[in-house]
Amino acid sequence: MPDDTLNVSHFLVTGDPLIYGADVSIVVVSIAIVAVLTYYRKWGWLWREWLTTVDHKKIGIMYMIAALLMLFRGGVDALLMRTQLAFPNMRFLKAEHYNQIFTTHGTIMILFMAMPFIFAMMNIAIPLMIGARDVAFPYLNAISFWMFFFGAMLFNLSFVIGGSPDAGWTSYPPLAESEFNLGPGENYYLLALQISGIGSIATGINFFVTILKMRAPGMTLMRMPLFCWAVLATSVLIIFAFPVLTVALALLLIDRIAGAHFFTMLGGGNPMMYINMFWIWGHPEVYIVVLPAFGIFSEVVATFSGKRIFGYASMVASLMAIAVISYFTWLHHFFTMGAGPGVNSFFALSTMIIAIPTGVKIFNWLATMYNGRVRVTVPMKWALGFIPNFAVGGATGVMLSVAPADYQYHNSYFLIAHFHQTLIGGVVFGMLAGMYYWWPKMFGFLLEERYANWGFWWFNIGFYVCFIPQYLLGFMGMTRRIYTYPTGMGWSTLNLISTIGAFMMGLGFLFIAAGIVYSIFYGERDTTGDPWNGRTLEWSLPSPAPHYNFARIPVVTSRDAWWTMKEERKQGVLPPGRDELRPIHMPKNSGRPFILSLSFFVAGFGLVFHWYILTVIGFAAVAACLLLRSFDYDTDSYIPVDEIKKTEASYGRS
Amino acid sequence: MSVMQGSLFNHPPSRVGGERVEHADHPDPNLWIFGFWIFLASDLVLFASLFATYAVLHTHIANGPSARQIFDVTGFTAETLFLLTSSFTCGLATWSMRRGQQGWLKAWLVVTLIFGLLFIGFEVDEFATNSMKGYGMSTSAFLSAFYTLVGTHGCHVSLGICWMVAILIQVFRLGITEVTARKVFVVSLYWHFLDVVWVFIFTVVYLTGVMG
Repeated sequence: MPDDTLNVSHFLVTGDPLIYGADVSIVVVSIAIVAVLTYYRKWGWLWREWLTTVDHKKIGIMYMIAALLMLFRGGVDALLMRTQLAFPNMRFLKAEHYNQIFTTHGTIMILFMAMPFIFAMMNIAIPLMIGARDVAFPYLNAISFWMFFFGAMLFNLSFVIGGSPDAGWTSYPPLAESEFNLGPGENYYLLALQISGIGSIATGINFFVTILKMRAPGMTLMRMPLFCWAVLATSVLIIFAFPVLTVALALLLIDRIAGAHFFTMLGGGNPMMYINMFWIWGHPEVYIVVLPAFGIFSEVVATFSGKRIFGYASMVASLMAIAVISYFTWLHHFFTMGAGPGVNSFFALSTMIIAIPTGVKIFNWLATMYNGRVRVTVPMKWALGFIPNFAVGGATGVMLSVAPADYQYHNSYFLIAHFHQTLIGGVVFGMLAGMYYWWPKMFGFLLEERYANWGFWWFNIGFYVCFIPQYLLGFMGMTRRIYTYPTGMGWSTLNLISTIGAFMMGLGFLFIAAGIVYSIFYGERDTTGDPWNGRTLEWSLPSPAPHYNFARIPVVTSRDAWWTMKEERKQGVLPPGRDELRPIHMPKNSGRPFILSLSFFVAGFGLVFHWYILTVIGFAAVAACLLLRSFDYDTDSYIPVDEIKKTEASYGRS
Repeated sequence: MSVMQGSLFNHPPSRVGGERVEHADHPDPNLWIFGFWIFLASDLVLFASLFATYAVLHTHIANGPSARQIFDVTGFTAETLFLLTSSFTCGLATWSMRRGQQGWLKAWLVVTLIFGLLFIGFEVDEFATNSMKGYGMSTSAFLSAFYTLVGTHGCHVSLGICWMVAILIQVFRLGITEVTARKVFVVSLYWHFLDVVWVFIFTVVYLTGVMG
């Protein structure tokens, strides 16, 4: 048992200046937030407008804020690791601390940054794009958000209370079993992921139903914007992949808490069962986060090329092909398990095949830009930066898929560079493109370009400086998760360059953040609702959209519906006679999703420390919330026509 | 109650100019039902993962008993009969509901609940008996997988009982309305789903267990 942070007898983590720093900053920030809210009398506003909201636009904004904060925390973890690896024999972090940091970095970036970021974009854009007034189940949507939020809080709490998990973001047994990992860190990991996972499954179901059942009249499936197709594919993946993670985590938790033998070395357990299940979720998961990014690129590229997307049908087909094939590639994460040539060949082939639809998409984006009037705006920059980035990431992925060669690459820095290239180059670039693209729709002002450009260039160039050396380091034998290395391996220069690149990316992030702050005060107002000359229905609404979205549900006659409407108006074709306004049915706000998720948090916290009384209290509160909802018949109301007229008039519309 | 007859679950979509209109002015109960089907698909994957785990581990008995040694044919046959019958009576409940027969709806739901409770009682007894003999969760990988798979199903049934009671109270209070009818229908879908899962548990776990 190491003597410091893993020590379970200490409730508060002690002995590390970084953690004391975190303690202080958490206390200071909390006091500041409370003080500001109290001083400006904003508690009621916070509760009414945000904590109890069921409006998909506000939920999307909250997801985005959370994702940006988690990007910051995960990024700080990354910089700590890169600092430790900058020079040989560094003594910046201890081995145990390094283990915790790479674990939290990976977990946070995938589950508490990438996931909420895609959910943010889905929430903000999907109902507006399909001409709906909200998602299918707005109350459930609020539950999804708060489950994610409290899951993330539980995970982050481990840093200062009890100690962080340290068995890697994949948390493989037997290392993650209580036999080798007594501390509460692994419990935090398992419960936090479980709680936020419930929210993710609910979101998958919600958007699947929303897209299939809530489209405006005339919007056939093949008239949907490609982002909707991408989210449909992602939802299907969530619905069928996340339950497998739920089971994998639950069984590991049962092993740890009830002494079962699923994945232990003794008692007939089989650790490889966990690893298989983890990746049956894990591989679809990478497509869960990257498909929405593909969807965003399709929207951004079409809008800023002034053309409809090239090869729409083939784009749809590739999305669906990727969604299906992604279930048949999981074993490529552990070719070295030794399943034999037959099994390895199957998974090598399926992995190579999945590159084909991805390639189709890349060519379609290029063809869309060809002969178009390309406007190189900020979202377009991220889309343009993505293409070479993802091409390299995809090519190295195909290299890794060659099973015999993978025995050489396995768990080396080559792999690290590959998946960062796809996840940062694909997902982060995509989400930032989406953020800049839809920001005016969310807030009614544009993000200032100068800061955004600095952010883009530092981040993009920094990316290559950081990760290209890691491919080489992988070839030179540097494996992942080592916390230090001796001199004379020939790794020193490349590691230093990589660290410099990481700090360049950090600087890029600071520029992006500074640009947001600057734009809040000085950003250009979007008075038209259509700042980019967009093609899809969300741009037909004022910015930010009224809370009922559409006063009248639009009738769709073609793909790129808003573009068609604008063209028809230019040609003097009058829109068909409009219906009278009618009262709009909307769900009521509710504080229960917040309290329900808080109860899950309490129950989870109890389980982390085996305080079963707290767990029972938490679950009792969960049951109470569910029952109260069942008996609640006052869940929705109508917005009267007068109020709609007034709101529309305030936007200068009728 | 004429609202109920056939109109709830086979809602013809309203049409405007030949196009389907999905946006009714009031929420469409079919939306919930469709969403619940999708949830069931997701839950099925959860059970599939547990079945896969059981399939991998059921021979890993370590120093513990084998399946044949602990499975009690009378017990699991009784459980099966109770649950299958409860699914049938649950079907009768929705059938009565569609015919607007409130009394029968309540009666069949109560019968369903009684069979559900009997099922849970027998299952608890089975688990308790085995635990008393010292065959617990931590005895072997086989027993870990057995208790988890069957126990997860049992938890689902218990939750279903609580849920059904809550809905029964609402039926007593409000009668058959569009909302309570939707709720009865959704909980019955859940109940039948658990029945289907049990059929797999019966064959994959118990039958192969006593035969193998």
